[in-house]
Amino acid sequence: MFIIVVILAATLNFIIPRLAPGDPIGAVLEELRARGASSGGDAEDEIVAAYRARFGLDQPIHLQYLRFLFNTLRFDLGYSISYYPQKVEAALLRSLPWTVGLLAFSTLISFAAGSFFGAMMAWPRAPGFMRRFVPMFMVLSAVPYYLLGLILVYIFAFVMRILPLGGAYSSGTVPRLDLEFLLDVMRHGALPALSIVLTSVGFWALGMRGVMVTVLGEDYLTLAEAKGLPDRRIFFAYAMRNALLPQVTSLAIALGTVASGSVLVEVVFNYPGIGWLLYNALRSSDYYMVQGVTFFLILTVAVSVLIVDLIYPLLDPRIER
Amino acid sequence: MIETLIHRGKAAGIYTLRTPKLLLGLILLSSLLLLSLVGPYVVDVDTARPISVATNQPPSAKFPLGTDSGGRDVLAVIIVGTPQTLMMGVIAGLVGVTLGASLGLVAGYFGGRIDMVISTCTDVMLTIPPLAILLVVAASVRTMSVLNMAIIIALLSWMFPARTIRAQVLSLREQPYVHMARLAGLSDIRIIFEEIMPNILPLAAASFVGATSGAILAGIGLEVLGMGPQRTPTLGMTIYWAQLYSALIRGLWWWWLPPIIVLIVLFVGLFLVSAAMDEFVNPRLRRTG
Repeated sequence: MFIIVVILAATLNFIIPRLAPGDPIGAVLEELRARGASSGGDAEDEIVAAYRARFGLDQPIHLQYLRFLFNTLRFDLGYSISYYPQKVEAALLRSLPWTVGLLAFSTLISFAAGSFFGAMMAWPRAPGFMRRFVPMFMVLSAVPYYLLGLILVYIFAFVMRILPLGGAYSSGTVPRLDLEFLLDVMRHGALPALSIVLTSVGFWALGMRGVMVTVLGEDYLTLAEAKGLPDRRIFFAYAMRNALLPQVTSLAIALGTVASGSVLVEVVFNYPGIGWLLYNALRSSDYYMVQGVTFFLILTVAVSVLIVDLIYPLLDPRIER
Repeated sequence: MIETLIHRGKAAGIYTLRTPKLLLGLILLSSLLLLSLVGPYVVDVDTARPISVATNQPPSAKFPLGTDSGGRDVLAVIIVGTPQTLMMGVIAGLVGVTLGASLGLVAGYFGGRIDMVISTCTDVMLTIPPLAILLVVAASVRTMSVLNMAIIIALLSWMFPARTIRAQVLSLREQPYVHMARLAGLSDIRIIFEEIMPNILPLAAASFVGATSGAILAGIGLEVLGMGPQRTPTLGMTIYWAQLYSALIRGLWWWWLPPIIVLIVLFVGLFLVSAAMDEFVNPRLRRTG
């Protein structure tokens, strides 16, 4: 299954950009022409031929495909066309920490908060105000995060001017590892993270509530109560532990899709992660960059699904056999 | 088949009156529908074109929602854009669910090798992040229209319906009345259409609402990135232009806030309807909340 997904992903990646009418070399040339750096004519044809040879675009399509498949599986994603001679892997590695830092962090926060709230919402002995959160969560979970993000930017960055408008750190600062820079990064990450947490906490809460309702009807819970166990213990060790299992599956998938979910949030907030990279590569029809990023995105999902399958028996000992 | 449908309809009707969710959701959605139906008679929709009115006007009696930097009346843009978004979602949802339901039906009913092929495809497609593929496809398509955007999105939204319906058909296939029908010599086609179809329709309807909402979400995402239809003004495109012209930091709130509010109303409405339908199909969810 894992292998099929990876090969299929690589193939899709190869085919789709090539269905496009434009070609990347032409796009680069057009840009050169616009800047007055090229005048067209014979010299230009030579440049095109030279570039096509360099990127292997002059070979028959099946040879291109085989070479592509082989290189992809070695994780050699080729050179970026717009930023030649930078390699695609290098660009990916540079953007990855931002995406992982921002999105994985906010996904984990909303998972923890959402699961806890969701469990409380189903718990009959929870304080009454908990149940009043249900409609609020429902409404928030239906709102796309980037739309909420725009509203948050307006309120906090434009009207109140307490948080920056976008970017991952203040322009002019050089990324380094000290407290000042870290605080700067956190200030910049606050709004995108908040918009993701607010809109996704409802998803986790509602999912958790659904499972929790089922778990609460189980016989072992009645037994635990009959034994006179303290409420807190029943809630955490009996009900929540069991209700969390299906949630963990969704968490792994959510973490896997973190990178692809990041496209919109990163574009809205000018955040220099993987999504931003993909968006710009698409704009400049940079084949290899697009292929590299999409392949990477699909790979992360496939890997996280695989990891769930592998660690699930550890979380739920009943599955072992 | 007709009696079953009428019976189902009645049950759904009675259920509607008991839950406020469906009612509220329908009110939200029909208000948007009303806006796009009545709007063109009240507001001159030609002012949705660029350079047709003065630029950057704040809301006033003449322009209730102001105008943008491209010289469009924001209210007119909303009135023209909302039905486009609804239409895109409904087409994509219908195509996606029809495709998914047929595949799920075939896979679940016939089983065996066909089932294996269809299920593997579904699972593989489910692991591929749709937005990544959508972006690549959208960037490859030169001229995007509302219709071909709907089709592209539909091709990526059949997997969930296919999976839910396959599961349902698997259990329906073993029901005594299906066995009876088979013993009575009914053909596969008649069993599928007369015995199984009526029982998966509520589920298909529930997944239709979900698929529509997902399709609109994906479509708006593309439009906000500036990769949606270029000729017709859409809600997402308005947000894209507002972003491009930094309407946010220029304080032109009347430019980007109205499309966002319309979209939020739309998504909440769809969410409520789909939650209510899920409860109708799956009574276990009704217990709390």
